[in-house]
Parts: sequence; structure tokens; C-alpha cells
Amino acid sequence: MKRALTVLVAGLLSTTCWSNQQPYDFPTLGAEYSKYEATVIGTLPEVQADLPEGSPLKNRRIEIFEDREVPEPFFFDAELGYSTAWQDDEAPLVFLIAGTGASHSGKKNTDMARAYHHAGFHVVSISSPTYMNFIVAASNSGVPGHAYEDAKDIYRVMETVWDEFKDDIQVSDFYVAGYSLGGFNAAFVTKLDEDRKVFNFRKALLINPPVSLYNSISLLDRMSQNIPGGTDNFSKFFDKLLVEVGKAYTDSDNVEMDGEFLFKAYKAVNPDNEELAALIGVSFRISSASLIYTSDVINKRGFVVPANVTMGANSSPGAYEIVSHQVGFTDYFHGYFYPYYKEQHPELDREGFARSMNLAALEPYFKTTDKIEVMHNVDDIILEPGEIDFFPRVFGDRAKIYPKGGHCGNMAHKDNVAHMINVFKQ
Amino acid sequence: MMTRKIITMNNAFTRLMLVLLTVLTMTACSTVPEVEGDAPEAAYFDSTKIVAADEHYLSDDVYDPWEGFNRSMYRFNYRADRYVILPVVDGYKYVTPEVMQDGIHNFFENIREIRTFINSVLQLEFTKSYQTAGRFATNTTVGLLGFMDAATYFGIPKHQEDFGQTMGYWGMGSGPYLVLPLLGPSTLRDGVGIGVDTLVMNAIRDELEMKWEEELALDVMNAIDTRANVSFRYYETGSPFEYEMVRKLWTTKRQLDIEK
Repeated sequence: MKRALTVLVAGLLSTTCWSNQQPYDFPTLGAEYSKYEATVIGTLPEVQADLPEGSPLKNRRIEIFEDREVPEPFFFDAELGYSTAWQDDEAPLVFLIAGTGASHSGKKNTDMARAYHHAGFHVVSISSPTYMNFIVAASNSGVPGHAYEDAKDIYRVMETVWDEFKDDIQVSDFYVAGYSLGGFNAAFVTKLDEDRKVFNFRKALLINPPVSLYNSISLLDRMSQNIPGGTDNFSKFFDKLLVEVGKAYTDSDNVEMDGEFLFKAYKAVNPDNEELAALIGVSFRISSASLIYTSDVINKRGFVVPANVTMGANSSPGAYEIVSHQVGFTDYFHGYFYPYYKEQHPELDREGFARSMNLAALEPYFKTTDKIEVMHNVDDIILEPGEIDFFPRVFGDRAKIYPKGGHCGNMAHKDNVAHMINVFKQ
Repeated sequence: MMTRKIITMNNAFTRLMLVLLTVLTMTACSTVPEVEGDAPEAAYFDSTKIVAADEHYLSDDVYDPWEGFNRSMYRFNYRADRYVILPVVDGYKYVTPEVMQDGIHNFFENIREIRTFINSVLQLEFTKSYQTAGRFATNTTVGLLGFMDAATYFGIPKHQEDFGQTMGYWGMGSGPYLVLPLLGPSTLRDGVGIGVDTLVMNAIRDELEMKWEEELALDVMNAIDTRANVSFRYYETGSPFEYEMVRKLWTTKRQLDIEK
């Protein structure tokens, strides 16, 4: 009997090993696979991980800085929003950090939370330091995008949240995971933890992180140049998009604009790769506009809003909104971010500063630890050609590189979700 | 009987008039930001140089002369939502089994078919009218007074029409953008439309000769069910331009619904 069981188990194990050798199954809506479509549409339901429906996350708010004065237009954002999903008994806890401009309750963090919570983890989900609410409530400087300063801000949030709950939940080990910019942040947070030692993270997982922040923001800015007529035509392009999606809506039977409808609309509009790249550019442009305007209103740096103008509760952003959408991340870097830090550190030079916001800055650290795991795609659109090689070179077997998925398009894929869980359970 | 009918109609009418009156008295709220000194200094990326006067921009699209009032009302709605309505909705969701929530939602959706039917007729949309009548008949009988959505199961398509859409169908423009108390984004035309739909529904309901406390209970349940099924939350988009975004998307969607 025992032997029969052993044979059976061995057989099962060999089939799982064998099935892992199978080619990566990543179906597409369009006729051909495209890294841009993968980035926009994500993982189709038939290959998504099988997880309980709905979000396990509970939304919460917390004060990060006592007596922080919040400008009138952001009166509702004085506290930081975040979310949690607890287990009943002792369990490992994973902090999730969202990507550029994304909220703790956005789709990607929610999907990750579903996976980790289902696998038995406590989950704390945190917005990106580039998200409006984070800038207003939890950023020390209000000038986000700095690898080391953002890490300090995130660490402060983690500590404040942990203080709130350490008597209520039992935690065995701490982990941290993030996607896109959140993956980049997770690396610097883990490094910071080596000094502060509050959590002693057992593992960190970086999902589709940039290598050089400056390279990635340049790529994204160029993508919005794909807008016909250039970025000055942001409004027109967006309007045309609304009209096309609108037409798909009036032609369909759907009463709601839900996910099912969006798939149909996508098929009806049938965008080509250039349009998809423009769409990705637009989506990041909306994030950069929010970041730039928010930071400028808070700090009164006179970047898009004149320094002697105070926005009130009823003030209309008007022309400032239009300008915010016409400038990009690289404009922010050169006209705002670099000058701001240069004032505090006169020794900085522009190029060196741009280069230092780079995972390579932590390479000596990465070589001394096996805590950090990477999950990436060979065709990620936020990397310059060749940048992907950084990961296998520095992380070896701890970098898992998938052949498809674009930027974060395969995070909900069953293979990827299994990998996300496995690296923390090892 | 007759007096009560007048009172309910009066209530709805008074509510509507109050809204309009407030609008007219509060349009004075300024939307111009405060400037220290004589004039705004130049910004690094200066709007006076970058934004072309003769260019058409997305944010100019919606006619919003009452913006000051609308922004105040937007904030009021956020507070009402956060401190009163959503806690009630959360409590309702907590104590009510999901099957029952679905049943209650189906019940009110079935009642709303009456509004869709009347307005489909008014728009001479005969397919929509008989499909909607079919849905109402099916769900009220087979669907046990509407608690089950049998019509969808039988494959009868669902539509959504109201008096605002009817006025739009007959060529009336939307009028100024208007953020209604509690009800949120709307336009002057659609605000009036909501009033008319409410008057009509109240008139029909009066034929049922319900007690006033029953009517009140029904109204409260209807309000809770409506909010419980709208996922929108004020100030959750993470955008400092949420007011403009919501205004643009809302008016676009309404325009599409009229064309649908």
C-alpha cells in the first residue's frame, strides 16, 4: 500500500515537472500575439489562476504625519488609504507595493492580494508613492520618484501600519512584493530594512521592475509621442478614443460598461500596435499629469501652477490641467525633480543623478543576499533593448524571465501566480 | 386619499424646486484660484504660452456655468456618502444574505421597468417597449413579484430609459452640467427628467393605496439598493482632475444612452 502510494506520488511529481516544461500558454484577443496588447489587455480568463472571486481586501485609512497641513483641493486625502486581508491564525505577512500612479485597491494589487491571501498570507496593500493620496498624506517631501526617499516613505507607512495591528495579528515572517515601479521600490525598501531591521524581510519579489528609472520614463514619454500629431494632441486623441468606445457601446446590448463590454469594445475598435503604444503612453501620461499637478500644488514650485497662485476647494484647474497633460515624466525630471534635489545637494550633477535612480546602484547589495527574487518578461516595453539581461546576470536562478507578457500583462496567469507563491514558500 | 396624493406630489415637486433654487442662488461661488500680488507669475511650463486660445481642449467640452456650486455639491455628496449613506449601505450588506440582496435588487429593477416602458413608448421605440413590457409581465408573475429575474433567464433583453433621455431623444439639449444633492452628476435637463419620472412613479404608486409608512420603507429600501449597486466612490480615482473626468465621462455616457 505504502509503496503504491510512493509510486503514485512519484508519478504525480514527474507529471508536474513535465507539465512545467510545457510551452508558455498565453492566448490573445487579436490574431497575433503583441507585447502591447498583452500590456493593455492582460491575461485572458482561460489561463488565469483559479482564485476565489472578489477581493479579500478591506479598505482602511491611517494618519502618517501628525498635524500635516493639506491644501484645500486635497481635503479628502489627509489620511493615507491602504488595505488589508488577514488570516485567522499565525501566518506570514506580505506587503504589496503598487506600480506608477496606482492605488492599493487597483486591479493588479487586488489580484496579487487574492493570490497571496488564498495561499495563506496576511496581506497589506500600499499605493505607489506616485499616487495622489500617497503624495498628499505620506510623502515626506511631496516630490516623488526618488529611489531612496520613496523607500523611506514606504518604510514609514509599513511601520505605522504594523504598529496599528501588531497586537491583533500573529505574523511568522515578513515579505514584500511589488510590480513595475513598485518592484523597483521593493528592492530599495528591502535594502533599507537591512539597516532598520524592523521587519527583516525573508524574501522580496520584484515583478516587471524598471532597471534605470530614467530610461523607462523616456520610453514611456516616447510612447505618448505615438499619439497622432504628438502629445499636443492629447485631448483630441483621448476624445477620439471616447467616441470609438462610445460607438462600441451604443452598438452593443450591454447596459453596463463592464469588463465583458471592454473586451468587445477592444475587438470592435481593433487597434494596431502603434495605437496600443499610444494608449499605454496616454495611460502613463494621465499618471504623470496627476503626480506633477498634485506635487506642484502642494509645494508651490511654480512648475505648471504659478508659485503665487493658491488653489482653493472650488478652484478650477483649467489651463493648468491642460499643461499638466502636455508635459511628461522627463519634463518633470529636468524642470522640477532635479532642481528640487539640487537645491538640497548642490554637488549633484544632472546625468549622474539620472543614472543613480537605477537598480544597478544596489548591485553590490544584490550580490550579498539571496532574499531578492525577480519575475520579468523578455518583451517588457518599459526596458531598453538589452536591459533585461541585467536580471539573469545579477540574480541568476532567482530571476524568472517569461517569454511573453509585455509589461505586467501576465501577472494573473496561472504559471506566474504559482511562481509568485512558490518563491515565498521555498 | 386625494389629499395624500397631492402631498406626495407636492413633496417631489418642492424637492425639485428647492434644488433649482439653490442652484440659482449659489452660482456665485468662485472657481478662480487666489493670486498673491497683482497677477500670476510665469510658471516653468507656462499655461499662457502653452495653451492656445483658439485650440479646442477636452476640458472645455462640457457647459458648466454653475461650476462653483457644482464643486461645493460634489464635496457635500462625498461627505454625505462617507458619513451617512455608505455606512448604512455597508450595514445593509452585512446583515442581508446575498440571495436576499439580489432578490431585493431584482424587485426594484422590475419596478424601474415601468419607467423604461413609459419612456420607450414616448420615444416611439416599439421593440424596446414590448420587450420591456414582456420583462415586467414575466418577472412580476413567473419571477414572483419581481424578486427573480426570470426574463433575463428567458433571454428578453433589458433596456434603460428615463425622461431625461426622452427629452434628449426629442432634441432637447442637456443644458448646464449639474451636480445634484445626493444623486450626483447630472444636467439641468436630466435633473428635471428625474423629477418627472418620480412624479409619474408616485402617481402610479398611489393607485396601490399603500400606508405612508409602507411608502417610506419602500423609498428608503430603494435608495439603499440603488447606492449598494453603484460602485462609484467620490475622490477615489486618484486624480486631482476627478471633477473634470467625471463631468466628461458622465455627459458622454448620457449622450450615448440617448443615441442607444
